Formats: sequence, structure tokens, C-alpha cells
Amino acid sequence: MKVMAQISMVMNLDKCIGCHTCSVTCKQAWTNRTGVEYVWFNNVETRPGVGYPRTYEDQEKWRGGWKRTKRGNLKLKDGGRLWKLAHIFSNPKLPEIHDYYEPWTYDYDMLLNAPAGDQIPVAKPRSLLTGEDTKISWSANWDDNLGGSLETMQDDPILQKMSESVEAEFSKAFMFYLPRICEHCLNPSCVASCPSGAMYKRAEDGIVLVDQDQCRGWRMCVSGCPYKKVYFNHRTGKAEKCTMCYPRIEVGLPTVCAETCVGRLRYIGLVLYDADLVAEAASVEDEHALLAAQRSILLDPNDPAVIEQARKDGIQEDWIDAAQRSPIWKLIQQYEVALPLHPEYRTMPMVWYIPPLSPVVDVISGSGADGEDARTLFAAIEKLRIPIAYLAEMFSAGDPDPVDLALRRMAAMRSYMRGVNLDGEGDERIARAVGMPGEDLQEMYRLLAIAKYEERYVIPSAHAEQAHDLEEMGCSLDFEDGPGMGGAGPFGSSSGQSVPVAVENFQSLEARQTADRPSSPGRVNLLNWDGNGTPRGLFPPKDKDVPQGDMGPVQSTGKRNKGKDV
Amino acid sequence: MSAIEIVLWVAVPYVSIIAFIAGHIWRYRYDKFGWTTRSSQTYENTLLRWGSPMFHLGILMVLAGHVVGLFIPREWLYAIGITEEMYHWGATVMGSFAAVLTLAGLAILIYRRRTVGPVFLATTVMDKVMYVFLALTLGFGTLATVVHQVFGSGFQYRETISPWLRSIFGFQPQPELMANVPILFELHVLSALALFALWPFTRLVHVFSAPVGYLFRPYVVYRSRDDVQGTRAPKRGWDPISTPDPQRLRRP
Ligand code: HEM
Ligand code: SF4
Ligand code: SF4
Repeated sequence: MKVMAQISMVMNLDKCIGCHTCSVTCKQAWTNRTGVEYVWFNNVETRPGVGYPRTYEDQEKWRGGWKRTKRGNLKLKDGGRLWKLAHIFSNPKLPEIHDYYEPWTYDYDMLLNAPAGDQIPVAKPRSLLTGEDTKISWSANWDDNLGGSLETMQDDPILQKMSESVEAEFSKAFMFYLPRICEHCLNPSCVASCPSGAMYKRAEDGIVLVDQDQCRGWRMCVSGCPYKKVYFNHRTGKAEKCTMCYPRIEVGLPTVCAETCVGRLRYIGLVLYDADLVAEAASVEDEHALLAAQRSILLDPNDPAVIEQARKDGIQEDWIDAAQRSPIWKLIQQYEVALPLHPEYRTMPMVWYIPPLSPVVDVISGSGADGEDARTLFAAIEKLRIPIAYLAEMFSAGDPDPVDLALRRMAAMRSYMRGVNLDGEGDERIARAVGMPGEDLQEMYRLLAIAKYEERYVIPSAHAEQAHDLEEMGCSLDFEDGPGMGGAGPFGSSSGQSVPVAVENFQSLEARQTADRPSSPGRVNLLNWDGNGTPRGLFPPKDKDVPQGDMGPVQSTGKRNKGKDV
Repeated sequence: MSAIEIVLWVAVPYVSIIAFIAGHIWRYRYDKFGWTTRSSQTYENTLLRWGSPMFHLGILMVLAGHVVGLFIPREWLYAIGITEEMYHWGATVMGSFAAVLTLAGLAILIYRRRTVGPVFLATTVMDKVMYVFLALTLGFGTLATVVHQVFGSGFQYRETISPWLRSIFGFQPQPELMANVPILFELHVLSALALFALWPFTRLVHVFSAPVGYLFRPYVVYRSRDDVQGTRAPKRGWDPISTPDPQRLRRP
């Protein structure tokens, strides 16, 4: 047994309202740079739908992930090492920009500078690749809320897998949102596909990163990942991916997507797993057994043998403690309501999902029946075979039983808690029907419905004595403004030396945010003002006698100054 | 021996070699981040799918041919039974095949660079310079072969250019060997030397990252404490505590 720790996430799809806040905040934090305009480390898909990039789930086409050989070993689905090297000059499975979408902006200048005239000026869309006028015809969520889906829905790889022709009926009956980030897999095929060894899984917390200094742009990881969660920065020529916001995780903060999630449906915590068994679990023959196999390598953090081994393997006490309090462990292993996305890709993904019950409830309420009655709910789950089959294709390699159980438990929780709220106690028969004691249902309710920040995010900080190891592994995406390299250097975008991201940056950023003078030197206008200080030109001068420097007189913003004489 | 010849066949080669080596070291230290193929496949793949494999396959064959022709003395080949005729025939046939492949691939790549909007816009100045010298080198090389080897009487570069090049690497330069080399070969050599001097400052650095190690490493890479290569220079005054070596006290 070799115990390793993994930062993982669970999303409760029941509560996702598809607002895209997570995507937008993630983009603001990580990918609002040139070269990654089309990249969404976090994206939200409407299902049924084709996803982003289009039809990425069709592994017969894209050939990401692993496959089991006849001898029972794992091999990259796209081919072995030699095959990969032989196709390095042009990667036949690499998505083109149009499989994502052509990024664009609008000609905003026109709105400001158009001469006075009869017509209202319009901001035409401009391609960010060519700078020319463009027609927007696809995006990362073009079929949002099933908009225009009748034209594209038949391309949904999951619907195509399901034998019945169900599309049209489907959209009336069932729709849900699927927010996706990198899965930070236990058996990452992206890492295995990288010819230069620049991608790695961090031994301390399992986060999968791209070393920007070692990436040589062979772009094999992009096609290797079955979730298409490694992207190619077309300006710098390097692969980039979701970093699990590691600079935040290291100081104990949740990722940006989780922090800003409107539905508060994301949970982050540690799980301990047995690294020695990963390969074995990922290569079980029966695809339906993959889910159980993955569950079986997650170790019980309360088991004394596990704790002892964890200590031997160098996992610190507070990390073991965090693993014991982990909401992830409870949702995956204790309540068994969370399921992995596409276990059949055999990468052992570590972002798990609670399948959505709300569409079922909607169907019931829509028909006038009682959407909180356990018997009605169970009957509906039984009856909605097609949606269950769809969910099963996503979360359990097509096996309906785990999805069925998860939905029943969610339904049972609903009915049981109604009993608690109305009658003062829950109906134990409901609890028994789903094989859970009533207290567990109540605990689960607490976790899913009212858990506070500290319970949803149980993230131990990186160890100070390890910190300099962790922080500077060279995954810095922050290369703009490298010394001496203004903008695109002579060797292409952002060439030159790197500016490290560091744990300390968190402190300095906070200091900057709460400082009382603007952070950008030189002239400050509305566009580059960070809200700090009162720069000259933005405010009418208060006092003519005050000499005005370039940055304006330093005046307090009031933040962080309580009790001080200002 | 005129001064011009000394400059061309002694000074220029060494300048080029020094620029090549020192340039790579400098570039690697200064700009690891810029060290990439800067693949443009996300923009366009219909042309690249043909052009890039053709070009690369061709140029790798060409490189292998040059190693045999330039660095292996022909006496060695005689010793293993490769006669002059066999060599000449092999070099001409395989060389022509590789040249056609390379040039056709290069033509596709350059055409693509110019005509596909996003690819053209992502082309840097150094890309353009690189393509000029790459095309010149390949062009003169092919022309020389066609004129002298295919249709001409055959020029014995293994008696002239090859020993000259080896003399450069042996630090005993013999510029006189280049005295009677046809102009096309001379231009080929000079443009290649210029290309080598430019090499470290172009995307061609990717050649030195050819990922052979991939064949031998475990699939999944883990990194932790010990094998970390940080990007941050250690802070002055924060060296870890360590016991000094008492042996140093006893040294005379
Ligand atoms: C030794 C192994 C080599 C490998 C694995 C390799 C790989 C690659 C790859 C992956 C690309 C990017 C293609 C794309 O997606 O846009 C590329 C581009 C290029 N390579 Fe190589 N290469 C090798 C050797 C060479 C050599 C020896 C040369 C020439 C002397 C060369 C010249 C080029 C050029 C000019 C391009 C740019 C093509 C373009 O986009 O216009 N490569 N190479
Ligand atoms: S989901 Fe993330 S860790 Fe898994 S293969 Fe894709 S990029 Fe790699
Ligand atoms: S922010 Fe939360 S609720 Fe909104 S789309 Fe993202 S995951 Fe769903």
C-alpha cells in the first residue's frame, strides 16, 4: 500500500442553475490572455448537447484516454509511444480551433468614435484570429438551455450511443447542466501522452500541471485527454490546463470556480488513495466494474492501518485530519451519491458529480403530483428510463444501478426531510428503502443543503516547509511582462524569463487590493483604475493647495484603516 | 590562399559554430519558455497534415545522408564493402527522393504560412528569416546535386568538402581543400553556415528537444520535493543550515 493524497471536487448537479459564473470568474482569473481566448478551463454544458469542444465524448473519433489490451494491460487509446512519435509532425487527432470555436471580440471602438449620424452605430464582431469581420456561428455554450439544439442535438455522442431514437422527446423531458473542469485524474492520460515529460501529477496533492518551461509544444496531451481539458495556447505554443487554482489551494482557499459558484454546489476536499492499485483498478475488464474499482482504491481515512501507512508515506497530521473531515469522502464513499464522469475512459477522474434529481421532480410536479412524496419519486425514477440511461452513460459507463441508487437516495432525503420538518420526525421506512439510516440521511441533508464554507471546502494548507517545493514547480502561467520582453518577443509570444507565481503572491495581492494608492504607475484612467486611491483626472481636485504628483495625492480609501486617524 | 578564402572557409565556419553552441546555451537559459515548436496546427490542418510530415521525413533523411557523406571517411565505407559506385548511386537516388520530399513539404509549409490568415499573423520575424535561409540552403543543395551529380560528371565532394569540414572540427582547418569547389556547393555551404548561426534564435531549437526519452520513461510522471526545478532563484541569506566540512580545517 502506498498512500497518496488527492485534492478532489464533487459537484451537486441538482443545484446547478447554469449561470456560468464559474466559467466567467475562471476565465477572468486564468485565461483572459492572448492565445487562450477560446479556452475555458471551466465550462458549463447543457445536456443533452454536444459539449465543448464539440462531441469531445466521442472517443471513437478523438481517441482520448486509455484502452485495455487483450492481455489486460492499459494502453493509450490513440496508440502506443512509437505511434505517438510517428505522428508528432502533425497530430491526426488534435482538435482544430473550429472544434472549439473561433474566438471573437466586438469592434467597440465604433460605438465610441462613430461620427454623429442617423443610424445607431453597431459593434461588429471581429475574429481574434485574423482581426477581420466574422460571423459568429459557434461558441463554448452555443446550445445553452437547448437553444438551437434541434439542429445539433443528434450529434450528442451519448444520445448516439443510446439505441432508441430519443432526441426529440428527450429535450421535453430532461435537461441539466454539466460544469466541467480538469478531472485531475489518478491515472492521467494527458501526462502519459506528453512526449517531453513536461506534464506531471504533483505527488503532494495530485494536482495535474504543465511545466511551462519544459513543454515543447508537441500537443499530444491535448488529444490524449478524453475530456479535452488540456488546451493549446496558440500564441505561446505551449499546453495549458486547469490548475485547480493551486496557488489558492496551497493557502487553504477553494478554487475560483468553487468560491464563486452561485449554487454553492461544489465541494473540495482530500481523499487518500492507494497509488499501488491505480493501474490495476483502471484496467478491470468489465466497464461497469470500473466505478467500484475506483471506489475501492480510495482509502478510509479513519482506518488505523491507513493512518499509519499515511504517516509512513510522509503525509502530515493535518492532512490526515483534513482527509477525515473531507466532504468528498462522505459523498463518494459513505453516501454513495457522487459518481465519476465517464469512468470508462479509465483515467480515474477525481471530479465527481451528484446526478441531478430536479428534472425528475419537475416532471412529477408538472403532472400535478406531489414531488416530495417518496413513493411517487421512486416510481418516477423507475419510469424515466431514458434519462436514467443517459445519466448512466455519463457517470457509470452505462450501468443504470449506481445512478438509480444515487437518485433514490436524493429522493429519499427529500421526502425524509419533509417528514422531519412537518411531523417532527422522518419516516424510517424511506430511509430503509435506500439502505441508509435516518441519521445518515439527515447528515447528508446537512452537507448538501446547509453546509457552511468550512464544511464544503476542507482544504489543508500546503506545508510551509514544503511550500518552496510546491509553489515553484514552474507551472507559472503568468509570463506576461517577463523582464525585458514587452508583449510578443522576437521568439514568439511571451518568450523570455518567467515571473514566478508564489505563495507569497497571495499576501502581496491582498496588500495590493487593500492598498490606498493605485497599483498601476503612470496615468490612471477609468479602464485601468483598480479602485484604489483617488488618482488625478478621475476626481475633481478637492484642495487647490495640495501639490499633485503623477499618481495623485495619496488618499485613503477607508479600507483597512478603521481606527486610524485619516 | 587569399584572405577571402581564409575568411570564408576558416573564420565564418568557426563564427557559425560558436554562435550555434553559445546561442543554444544562452537561449536555453534565458528563454526556456520560448523553446517550443510553436505548432500552428490548431489554426489549420488540411495543408499541414501533408506538408509537415513530408518536410520532416525528408529533412531527417537529408540529415542522415549528410552525416554519412560528410563525417564518415570514404575509406571506412570501402572497408565495409561500400564502393564508390554504390555510394554514388545510393546517395543520388535516395538523396533525390529525400530532396523531392523535403522541397515539396517546404513548399506546402511556406504556401500555408503565407496564405492561411491566422498562420501568417502568428509568423514572427525570425520565422521569416529562418525560412529564407532554410529555403536557400535546401535550394542550393538540390541545385548543386542536380547540376553536378545527376546531369554532370559527378563532383567528388568526399575528397574536398568532407575532409575540409572534418578539418574544421579537428581544429586543423585546411581551407585549401575548398579552392576548386563549384560555386553552387560553396553557396550551399555558406547558406547552411548562416542557417546554423541563426538556428538558436529561431523555432528550429525544437530539433534539440526531439522527445526520444518518451520511449523509455514511465507513463505517468510524478513530481515532488526532490526533483523539483524551481523557477525562483534562491533568496540571498536564506541558505539552509548545513554542517561545515571539518576536513577543510585540516587542509594545509
Ligand atoms: C528531430 C525531430 C523533429 C521533430 C520531432 C519535429 C517536430 C516538429 C513539430 C511538432 C512541428 C510543429 C508542426 C505544427 O504543428 O505546426 C515542427 C515544425 C517545424 N519544424 Fe520540426 N521537428 C523535427 C526536426 C526538424 C528539423 C531537423 C527541421 C529543419 C531543419 C525542422 C524544421 C521545422 C520547421 C521549419 C517547422 C515549422 C513548420 C511550419 O509550421 O511552418 N524540424 N517540427
Ligand atoms: S481530465 Fe485533466 S488530468 Fe485527466 S486526462 Fe484530462 S487533463 Fe489530464
Ligand atoms: S457557478 Fe455554480 S450554479 Fe452557476 S453554472 Fe457554475 S456550477 Fe452551476
